[in-house]
Order: sequence, then C-alpha cells, then structure tokens
Amino acid sequence: MQVLLSAKELNEAISNLAAALYKAHRNDDEVVYVGIQQGGAVLGANIVAALQKLEGSKQIQYGQLDITFYRDDIRNEILTPDTMNLPFSIENKIVVLIDDVLFTGRTIKAALDVLLDYGRPAKVELCVLIDRKEHRQFPIQADHVGKTIETTKTDKVKLVNGEVVLL
Amino acid sequence: MQLSTRHLLGIKDLTPDDISLILSTAEQFKEVLQRPVKKVPSLREVTIVNLFYENSTRTRFSFELAEKRLSADTINFASSTSSASKGETLLDTVNNILSMKVDMVVIRHSASGAPHFLAQHIPAAIINAGDGINEHPTQGLLDAFSIKEKTGKLKGNKVAIIGDIMHSRVALSNIYLLKKMGAEVTVCGPPTLLPKYISSALGVNVSYNLRETLEWCDVANVLRIQLERQNQVLFSSLREYNLAYGISRKLLDGLNKEVVIMHPGPINRGVELDSDVADSKQSIILQQVENGVAVRMAVLYLLSGRKSQEH
Repeated sequence: MQVLLSAKELNEAISNLAAALYKAHRNDDEVVYVGIQQGGAVLGANIVAALQKLEGSKQIQYGQLDITFYRDDIRNEILTPDTMNLPFSIENKIVVLIDDVLFTGRTIKAALDVLLDYGRPAKVELCVLIDRKEHRQFPIQADHVGKTIETTKTDKVKLVNGEVVLL
Repeated sequence: MQLSTRHLLGIKDLTPDDISLILSTAEQFKEVLQRPVKKVPSLREVTIVNLFYENSTRTRFSFELAEKRLSADTINFASSTSSASKGETLLDTVNNILSMKVDMVVIRHSASGAPHFLAQHIPAAIINAGDGINEHPTQGLLDAFSIKEKTGKLKGNKVAIIGDIMHSRVALSNIYLLKKMGAEVTVCGPPTLLPKYISSALGVNVSYNLRETLEWCDVANVLRIQLERQNQVLFSSLREYNLAYGISRKLLDGLNKEVVIMHPGPINRGVELDSDVADSKQSIILQQVENGVAVRMAVLYLLSGRKSQEH
C-alpha cells in the first residue's frame, strides 16, 4: 500500500481545488456543483465547504448524482442505487461535476447521460482529485485536477482513513 | 446487495432483506419519476412479456409503464384475444413467446400457482402479477411502500385488512409482508369471508367488529368484495355488507384518531368504501397507484440481472 496523498496533502489538494474553482467562476452567476456518488459526493461536500468560505455570503448550490441506472456494465451486475439529489434546475447553468478518481472515463460518460435527463446545462466542467490519465477509454478530460498519478490498470486508488492510497 | 431469488412468485419466498432492498430501490425510482425525462436506460437490452390471463387495468398499465420507464421492450398478451382461446396450453403459449427471445415474464392468472409452475419449466425470470387467490406480491410491496412513505415506518405499525380476506391475494401478500417487517396485523370482516385458521396459520388478529378494528389500527387497507370469485352466498346483500363493514365518513369521524385509508382498487363505491371516504385527505389510494410504478420498476430492475444465463 502506497500513500498517494497524506491527510495533510489531501486537505491541501481540496483547498487548492476550491481556490481554482473560485478563481474560474468568480464572475459567473449560475454555477452549480454536483458530486458523483459515492466518493465524488463526499469529496464534493468538502470542496464545496472550502469554496463556501471563499465565496462568503453567496450560497453555493450543491447536489449529488448517482449513475447506477446508467452504467454501461449493468447487465454484468445489478447494483443497489445511491441517493440522487438535485434539488435545483441545471437548465442553462454551468455544472461542475466532481469525482474522486478519473480512470476510464466511463463513470463521467454515464454522469453526463444522467445530467442531460435533468435539463440542458450551458456548460459542464469536470473537477477530480486524482487523475489516472493513461487509462482513459473515452475522450474525456478533467478541467480541474488535484493530482495526476501513474498507475497500472489493475491498481486501485482508495480513500482509507483520511488518506488517498494505492492498493 | 442482491435479491435472494431470481423470480418474484410471492412475498412468502422473500427475506426481510429482500423486501428492504426492493423498497429502498423503489425510492430511487420514485425520484426518477419526478424528473423531466422520466426514464432510465437500465433495461435497454431486456424484453418483457406481460401475460394477462385475467382482466386488469391498474396492474397491467403499471407494469407496462414501469417497463417503458426502464427502457425495456415490451409485448402484451391478453388471453381473450390470443390463441389461448383456441385451446393452447399455458406452457405452449409461453414457450412460443420465449422462442422470440423474451427475457422476463409478468403473469396474471386466475389459477393459484400458475407463476410457480412456469418458474419450474422455463428459463426466464417470472414475476407474479396476481395468481388466483394466492398472492399479488407487487401490490403487497407497493402497499408497504405507501405505508412507509405515509407513516415513516413499517415495524410496529398497526395495520387492519378489512373485507373479503378469503378470496383476496392482496390480503395474503400484505399479511406475509407486514409480518416479516414487524408490523401488527388484524383482519376484519364477516366470518364467512375470513379463513377459519388464519389466526394460527399466519399470526394475525381476527376481528368481526369494524369499529373496534378502526379504533385499534393506524392504517386500514380496505379490500374489494370479489363477487367473481364467490360461488356461494357468503353474505345476504351488498347493502347489508355496507351497513356492517362499509367505511363511512360518519364512522371515521366518530373515532378519536385519523386512520390512513388504503384500497388496492377497483373500488366498489358505496359497498366497502363510501365516496366521501375514498376521495378524502385521509385516503392514499391514488398515491398507492403512483407508487406502484416505482415499486414495479424496482422489482424488474433487481430481477433483470441474471438475464439469459441459462438460455
């Protein structure tokens, strides 16, 4: 087990991502943040909390998105869905999707399918904590990246005890 | 988590974990039904046949809509317009349909056990949409979902099932489910419509007194008098039944609490339920119908996994 981000480095990465998002969208009115279940939803809550401090009084809209019903490998295994919670319209808004690890890109593809069933956003951006860049199977890239790492295909990147580790 | 069964033949075969899994999955499908696009691609590669050997409005539409909202392909069969009326057997009919590459079978039949028979002889996943006087599992599940949604729980709830218990598959599925989930059940009706050993066999309370039952319960699930299944006179007239076991506004207003009123439909207005009760705020009859689609989506979704492995 190799530690990719210690607890301290993880907090720094979250602060840096929040700062980058703040800078990118300081002048945009209609931005909403959406974390992908499960890892991305937890990370998203932390990023949004950090971002809220920078934004001050401006209330940030944050929802959680579940891709279970949209998975392209659904016939291999029927998974129990997580909670879907988008209590706001995404129509004509900038949607920032948040996920913990960007790997094959299939999760993001499914998340885009889910989003489009909720409305037509003006723009969708992707923010990830860890980018495993060399394993992409779809033409999908992130706009905001915490850390890019080199892995082999069978490696697993997990959040364990507040640290990001390679298994 | 997965269901412990590959068919839904009855609530009798489900574990409490299975029931919880179906109900929690249904909550997510209920959210899908509130979206602008009320549809998910989950069952895109699945074909489902709806075999209805008995009349149905709600259940058939509900299954069909659930299948469409899951993006499944569907074909519908009604025995009156099919070769069944030319004497084809159930198994022949189903095998012919399956040879056209169908993955799941939803069946309603007037013979108790018809879905169980099919499950033993064909490889597709079977979902019981009501078999004779045995079970109607998706109705039991949607009733439980509606009770949980309205009262916040199943465990510890006091539920009365009122009316024609003898001929009701809805009653049996409800009793199995509620008992498995830790609710208390009382069945109430005229002695001729209550099975003699139901109390010892299924662990329910029995009452012949409607007012006492309503005083006791939190939820009253009112059943239809099934005249089509009664081949002897079990009560003297519908008018008399209404006087003794019909639920009226006056009766409910005389209680010291507000009982939740449910009915699986179709209602015989003025027999088991008066109109001003059926259409009142206390009644969740239309919510039951709405929840039916979400619950059936959950069942179809959870049973669709092991598709065509044995084909």
